[in-house]
Amino acid sequence: MKSDKLECTATVENLTLVTEFVEERADRFGLEAKKKFGALIAVEEAFVNICSHAYPEVVGAVELSCGADGAVFVLEVADMGSPFDVLSLPDPDTTLDIMEREIGGLGVHFIRKLSDSVSYRRENGRNILRMEFMRAEGGLL
Amino acid sequence: MEILTNKEANATVVTIIGRLDAVTAPEYEKALNELIASEEACFIVDFDKLDYISSAGLRVLLATAKKLKGKAGQIRFANVKGTVKEVFDISGFGSIFQMDDSVAAALSKLS
Repeated sequence: MKSDKLECTATVENLTLVTEFVEERADRFGLEAKKKFGALIAVEEAFVNICSHAYPEVVGAVELSCGADGAVFVLEVADMGSPFDVLSLPDPDTTLDIMEREIGGLGVHFIRKLSDSVSYRRENGRNILRMEFMRAEGGLL
Repeated sequence: MEILTNKEANATVVTIIGRLDAVTAPEYEKALNELIASEEACFIVDFDKLDYISSAGLRVLLATAKKLKGKAGQIRFANVKGTVKEVFDISGFGSIFQMDDSVAAALSKLS
C-alpha cells in the first residue's frame, strides 16, 4: 500500500497543517463528503490527544500517514511517547444531563464512532492508531 | 473562526463562523466568558455558518453553558444542522442543549 506521510511537532498549532494534509488526500482518494468530515474529526481527536498527553516533558513528533487499501482510506497516526492505547479508555456516558456531563472524554468516542474500523498497535517504539474509512456511504456519519 | 455578537432586547446573539476546533475553541470560551463577566446572562448561539466542530468545540460549549446555569443564565442554540448536528447527536449533546430552528424562534422561547 502506497501512502503519503507528514511529520510535524505535536503542538495544537499544527492542527491546521494536519487537517489540510488529510483533507487533500481524502479528496484525492474520493472519500465521500460525510466520511471525510468524520475522518477530519477523528484525526483531530487523535492528534490533539497526542499533543496533550504523549510528551509530558519534551516536544515530540507526530507522523501521519494516508493511504488507500482498495476501497478503504487508511489513516495512521503515530507518536514516540510511552506505550499507550487510547482505545483502552472507556466511552463517556452520553446520557447524563448538562450539569453531570464531564468536560472531556469525547475524543476517543468520536474516533470509534466516526471510523469504520480502528485499531492500535505498538511497533518499533511507536504508538500507532490506525483508522479506516470506507469510500462508499455507510456507517454512522 | 470568526465570532460576531449582536445585542438584542433580551439576549446577546453570538454567531460563530467557520471551524470550532482545538485551535479556535479557546477563542469562543474567552469571548463568552467576557460577556458573562459583563453581566450578560441570556445567549443565543447561531450555528448557521459553522462548518465544523470537534470534541474541543463541544467541550467549550458545555463549559460555558454550565457556567451560565450556575448563574441562572440561559443559552439556546439556533440552526444546528447537517454534519455539525450529527456530531452533536453522536456525543449525546443534542439532547442536553436547548435547540431551535432559527434565531427568531430561540429569542421567542427565552423566559
